[in-house]
Amino acid sequence: MTMPLLSGEPRVITAGAEPLGEALDAQAVPRVRVDWRPPMPGTGADLARVLADPRRVEANEVAVGRLVSARPRLVTVRPAREALDLPPGTFLHAGPPITWERASGPMRGALVGAALLEGLAGDPEEAGRLLAAGRVRLEPCHRHRTVGPMAGVVSPSMWMLEVRDAEHGGTAFCSLNEGLGKVLRYGAYGPEVLRRLTWMGEVLGPVLRAALELTGPLDLGALIAQALQMGDELHNRNRAATSLLVRELAAAIVDAAPGRAAEVLRFVHGNDHFFLNAGMAACKVSADAARDVPGSTVVVAMARNGTDFGIQVSGLGDRWFTGPAGVPDGLYLGAYGPADANPDIGDSTITETAGLGGFAMAAAPAIVRFVGGDVPDAMRATRSMYEITLAEHPAYRIPVLGFRGTPVGVDVALVARTGLLPAVNTGIAGRVAGTGQVGAGLVSPPASAFTTALTALAEAAGPGGGPER
Amino acid sequence: MSADLVRVRAGAYHDSVTLMRVSRTAADLPGVEVALVAMATGLNRGVAADLGFGLPEAGPGDLLVALRGEDPAALEAAAAELDRLLAGLASRTAGGGDGGPAGLDGPGGFGGFGGCFGGAAGFAPRTVGAAARALAADPGPALALVSVPGPYAFAEAMDAIEAGLPVMIFSDNVPVEQEVLLKRRAAERDVLVMGPDCGTAVIGGTGLGFANVLRPGPVGIVAASGTGAQQISCLLDLAGVGVRHVLGVGGRDLSAEVGGLSTLRALAALDADPATELIVLVSKPPAPEVARTVRDAAAGLATPVVGALLGPGGGDLTAAAESVLRALGAPVPAWPSWPAPGPARRKTGDGGARGPDGPDGPDGPNDANGPGEPAGRDGATLHGLYAGGTLCAEARLVAGAGRFTDFGDDAYTRGRAHPMIDPTLRLEALAGVPAGDVALLDVVLGHGADPDPARRLAPAVAAAVARGTAVVVALVGTEGDPQGLGGQAGALRAAGAAVFASNARAARHAAALTAGVR
Repeated sequence: MTMPLLSGEPRVITAGAEPLGEALDAQAVPRVRVDWRPPMPGTGADLARVLADPRRVEANEVAVGRLVSARPRLVTVRPAREALDLPPGTFLHAGPPITWERASGPMRGALVGAALLEGLAGDPEEAGRLLAAGRVRLEPCHRHRTVGPMAGVVSPSMWMLEVRDAEHGGTAFCSLNEGLGKVLRYGAYGPEVLRRLTWMGEVLGPVLRAALELTGPLDLGALIAQALQMGDELHNRNRAATSLLVRELAAAIVDAAPGRAAEVLRFVHGNDHFFLNAGMAACKVSADAARDVPGSTVVVAMARNGTDFGIQVSGLGDRWFTGPAGVPDGLYLGAYGPADANPDIGDSTITETAGLGGFAMAAAPAIVRFVGGDVPDAMRATRSMYEITLAEHPAYRIPVLGFRGTPVGVDVALVARTGLLPAVNTGIAGRVAGTGQVGAGLVSPPASAFTTALTALAEAAGPGGGPER
Repeated sequence: MSADLVRVRAGAYHDSVTLMRVSRTAADLPGVEVALVAMATGLNRGVAADLGFGLPEAGPGDLLVALRGEDPAALEAAAAELDRLLAGLASRTAGGGDGGPAGLDGPGGFGGFGGCFGGAAGFAPRTVGAAARALAADPGPALALVSVPGPYAFAEAMDAIEAGLPVMIFSDNVPVEQEVLLKRRAAERDVLVMGPDCGTAVIGGTGLGFANVLRPGPVGIVAASGTGAQQISCLLDLAGVGVRHVLGVGGRDLSAEVGGLSTLRALAALDADPATELIVLVSKPPAPEVARTVRDAAAGLATPVVGALLGPGGGDLTAAAESVLRALGAPVPAWPSWPAPGPARRKTGDGGARGPDGPDGPDGPNDANGPGEPAGRDGATLHGLYAGGTLCAEARLVAGAGRFTDFGDDAYTRGRAHPMIDPTLRLEALAGVPAGDVALLDVVLGHGADPDPARRLAPAVAAAVARGTAVVVALVGTEGDPQGLGGQAGALRAAGAAVFASNARAARHAAALTAGVR
């Protein structure tokens, strides 16, 4: 290293006092100027300990390497009770753990709907009393290798997409997408919501399972890579990916269930977000591959339950680090406005965790106005995420950025150092149970989720920044 | 009745040196009597409160603008002008990655899209790590220069080391345990760490930090002292001997804690450089066990090493430069000096420059008193007002007595720029030297330093001389420096100072003045 340094004209990276950089400009020395600013307040000591941890660099290489090398395959669709060993009377929900008392409107609505779907209660009031009495066990989806959009409520009779990682052998699950409007994941539980869920369990799930038996495992990574080049960012826009999925499955659906094929294809066609749940499971199985690497500062889950925003970190097991969920900033449907919005909710931030969604915003100029921005905003969002991530995805690439890989592998230390929070695209749920979706937009996670995780990483690193070598 | 205008710009960050420049500009705006433009750190909030400003809520990430003047309308106009100035700085920041050369903008740079996405699409790197990733696309040597506030330097330096890049840490106030960690990690990755508190480096002619413009040549310097290395390399330059590299290692490198890790690495690097024919090792007295390690390492090199040990038991910097010249078989010249004009001078009636090119011929190296014969100032006190730590220590040793202040010390630079950039504190101290006493100052030229130190110093010197204070200046620089050695010397001399290119000789001269020699 020192040899080339001393034998050629060096290029210089400058961080700090600008006159020193200007002195280099005066000598016509090529330089890259770091737009440096102080880290998040109060993080200095923790940062020093975490950065000194001798395990960190290698641990992060391992974690991010696993995240981007995962090969997610959609293998089958089956009921939660069977796929997840979900016993009767246990429901899963989005985000970090939550109780009925602290649950927001849409979360309560979805839980009520699930109780009705499972026949645990005859009417919404009874369901509410049941839930308030703690008669249903509530657990986070993430604890069961599962993710769910918005309220993310999963009950035993719901059918789940099962995604396997062909590289590392992991498995992840996500429910089937119900479509837009009044749906359970936004907290609606009216008769049409329950009717649709029943149909999904009786028709959609079995038909998809039969079709997948004919096609064999479906390469979701390849579909995501193609969809990114067709204008999806895979969180708020899934139109291309949904179309690609239909092309892959249509013939097999017809072969497997000629009598039901039309209604199944019509349902999928009517829902631009049908792929979202498959993409989320693909992201979940990839992020799970990065879990449990001691010393790693890589975020392996970001999720919201409508009350708290929580993250999990590779080197810190399944502990949650939470802060209050923010209200998204975006556009509203019809007459709805910010006053109708629930705080941020859903496991769909698993897409950002895996380098999609807000991180891939530059790939999806078609929706930047929908989420309240313009094209340069989208470019800036993606470019800023390279500052807090450790890798560029080798398969998920963005044409307009010269086919640069999406930014992936959020580093808690880089978030604290730069003060840049992950860019998240999201739908907005109505705050009153049963309202459904009221809009879509962008949201910032709470800084405290990252600073408390940093403190835990510092404690895990030890007083001198980890064991001396 | 004066009015106050206080504004907070949340989240607008600029470095302290840049903001000091802006503050100075603000103070010169029409109708502004007091101006403070600074990040709202605890220290700066304290300064603002001491000035009597009422402050709103603000944190260290927020920019504080506080102006005072007679006319509120003038303050508003000044604030608007400041906003324009700061917006200019901010747009330069935001556009840092735009349209730059390929590779500096990272893969997929937006230069090619022209007006399509515009400047808003650019995103300058926020960490050294991100910048290093952008650079990695292109081959060729690269290094990082870190000058963020000391408590934050560790992270940026670690980024460079982890990217395999050499790093110069200009920042001071870096805890020693962090220095040890950085240098151990660097040793594992075969990377050179210069610093912390490394003020100067020259790499193949490129000056980093405070660096003089040196003629190219066969000498490589490893220095635990910034201004010490500057003095030696400038004297060598004046003697016609060129310096190829100056590698700073930080003042604590040879302590028992750090163990000379950077010194050893720098020695090995210079030894491996075929163009370096002689290595000079400039250091303060090392810890005994470290001295042995370094001595053994130096003995094992193919390139000869001349040691320049400073401080008690060692020689002065000028003597070190002279021993380097002798090792190279080069003649030792008379070191340039410019005598004080006026009554103090005896021999040089016209007060012109003396020295190799001076009208009075060579000023012999043994002429301890230099230009002009010191006028007796029996019982006077010597006030050493220094910007360079090593120069200050050298002068104190050489002079033997006096009150010496190192304004470059951490205690004086917390929350403000180095005195080589911002002379305010030193000028205040000079104004406080009593009549009849002697003031001894260093002025260091080169890249990074005040572009024209004489502009503010000369009037202060003239004022001091006018009230009966003798002023002696050690002027460290070369003719090639942006400020020009001769021009600065002339301006300071014209103001009444006796000026020396050698700090040791300046100190001897000043001591002789106080001792009333002759």
